[in-house]
Amino acid sequence: MSDLLPQLTQQFFNGLSLGAIYALIAIGYTMVYGIIGMINFAHGEIYMIGAYVGLVTLTAIGTQSGAPVPLIVAAMLIAAMAVTGVYGFAVERVAYRPLRGSPRLVALISAIGMSIFLQNWVALGQGARDMAVPNIIFGAVNFTMGSKFDVTVPYSRIMIIVVTIVLMIVLSLFIKYSRMGRASRACSQDMHMANLLGIDTNRVISFTFVLGAVLAAVGGVLIALTIGKLNPFIGFIVGIKAFTAAVLGGIGSIPGAMLGGVLLGLVETFAAAYISSQYKDIIAFLLLVLILLFRPTGLLGKPEVEKV
Amino acid sequence: MANQIKNAFIAAILTAFIVTPVFGLQLVRQGARTLMAPHWSNVLIAMAVVFVGQLLRPWLALPFKRMKGTLPTLPAAPVQGHKWMMIVLIVAAIVWPFFSDRGSVDIATLVLIYVMLGLGLNIVVGFAGLLDLGFVGFYAVGAYTYALLYHWGGWSFWEALPFSGAIAALFGFVLGFPVLRLRGDYLAIVTLGFGEIIRLLLINLNWLTGGPDGISGIPKPTVFGLEMARTASVEGQKTFHEFFGLTFQNQHVIVYLYLTALLLALITLFVATRLKRMPVGRAWEALREDEIACRSLGLNPTRIKLSAFTLGAMFAGFGGAFFAARQGLVNPESFTFIESALILAIVVLGGMGSQVGVILAAILLTVLPELAREFAEYRMLMFGLVMVLMMMWRPQGLLPMKRPHVELEK
Repeated sequence: MSDLLPQLTQQFFNGLSLGAIYALIAIGYTMVYGIIGMINFAHGEIYMIGAYVGLVTLTAIGTQSGAPVPLIVAAMLIAAMAVTGVYGFAVERVAYRPLRGSPRLVALISAIGMSIFLQNWVALGQGARDMAVPNIIFGAVNFTMGSKFDVTVPYSRIMIIVVTIVLMIVLSLFIKYSRMGRASRACSQDMHMANLLGIDTNRVISFTFVLGAVLAAVGGVLIALTIGKLNPFIGFIVGIKAFTAAVLGGIGSIPGAMLGGVLLGLVETFAAAYISSQYKDIIAFLLLVLILLFRPTGLLGKPEVEKV
Repeated sequence: MANQIKNAFIAAILTAFIVTPVFGLQLVRQGARTLMAPHWSNVLIAMAVVFVGQLLRPWLALPFKRMKGTLPTLPAAPVQGHKWMMIVLIVAAIVWPFFSDRGSVDIATLVLIYVMLGLGLNIVVGFAGLLDLGFVGFYAVGAYTYALLYHWGGWSFWEALPFSGAIAALFGFVLGFPVLRLRGDYLAIVTLGFGEIIRLLLINLNWLTGGPDGISGIPKPTVFGLEMARTASVEGQKTFHEFFGLTFQNQHVIVYLYLTALLLALITLFVATRLKRMPVGRAWEALREDEIACRSLGLNPTRIKLSAFTLGAMFAGFGGAFFAARQGLVNPESFTFIESALILAIVVLGGMGSQVGVILAAILLTVLPELAREFAEYRMLMFGLVMVLMMMWRPQGLLPMKRPHVELEK
């Protein structure tokens, strides 16, 4: 029996957990793009802030407090979601709403400015150096697949996958059945018409930003617990990759973002394992370039018609 | 009024959420442990500021509203005496360094590099309206071209300079070719991807580029073959100061670098100005204003965009070669996304398409951080903030170009 199959399984779980994080962040990109057609460049920074809020909460509780681990993680997640929700709301209000209706590039430049601002905002407050996140989730699931190589999946990675799946289900139901979800779907189809029919579009847009930020924060907290360190500049590259995931799945489509995130995570992990770990970022960027060139609508997206 | 107080109160509460985890509860590393130092005063101050600011917003906004109309715009056609002013300015720029101190000349050289890069990007972003977030990639290509030509072939700066421009232009052409049919914001992200790919390749291609350490010991430009150094690197050759019988001074080298940069910047300015008035320049601007109209008038958008992209990349390549010569070393650290954002900010702040504006913005964005060295921590913070505020109050830039246009009389 060769070691190939267990190794592939191992990489699959690693890739799946990474992809879950990308998917959580990509949803924010895709929803904002679906509704107001702008790339929220500062979204990666929201993820980073989520991770920091998680760490602050963890430090406030203390690792020796004796509280059960799931409770601590829940506290971290709730704190991070609350704070980043406010960040998402404020960023939209301050940097994007005044620019509604101006050319795309103006909004994009404002978003880049916001992204730089938020990075340095956190660097100023919490220091620009790496921070260690204490490990609170120990242990792993081990199983053998009939060879010497054991597959090891740490509980933290299982947690990422489970939490993400739960959130995805909740989000899908919410978008499908709730009043706000229906309103946001209406806005992404035709903002003007939705407005005429009495939907408060400004509220829907704010809500979209808050929802995206909240999901990104979950990703931030989960990855901080798994990787164990963070700095104010982690959001940039992850943000670009999550955007790649959103484009891969078809920007504007929520299932597309989930699919794209998982695919990108798997591609990146397998590329790092079997091609070269130094070139994994290059492969992710190349993937972005190739999709935009050959299938700009992504896997599940609808083609966009340019109207005069 | 009650409503206003309520709004201000809500804003203050939200501020508490925003400020607390970043400035209120600061994490302090102590050995292996992470401790927390609460600074509630920061949170309270921020809340108070936001509360008062929100209450007084209608009054605070007034001066900005007034300012909106009164900032100057550049006339499209040259004013009388424009030429003389140009000549006086150029002569002043040439003579000035001989009477100035070392530090200022050094900063001025840096300014000129950014003028060059800003003018190059201005062709792409300002004239053709293509948002290029990976401009620094071409800058890096230019710098590494000279560094590698020197490292492997012993080429001098002046020999390598045209190649740096050509290779960067080639990169612009090859990378631009497939992506230029993409829509504005997709193009921005793809170019950002290219910029990052170039940087990551420079880090990882150890055998060629020296990896993260880069290449060092790159010589400065020569004066018609005479080296500007204390001693000649090749036995038997004369250096600049020996040839003219001067004593060696570091000041000479710095002034010479400045003059070289000035020459390159002036060439860039001249070429860009000419290009703008040529048919291709008109086509760029037409394309920026309305792509569909252009296509229906028989212009080939891909070819026009590609020419802007390639020419912009070429100037970045020249800038890069000079940068490599000035620094004496190149490494991938100098070519991060922030650098792209800085060059973009120069173009945006100056007023997209306005060359005088770009030069002014390059001076502002390089000199101000140098003056405010003790606030270095806040530099990038302010930089991001200024980008957002500019887009809100004056998306057309500080000194926008007034378009030649005709208005119907009523």
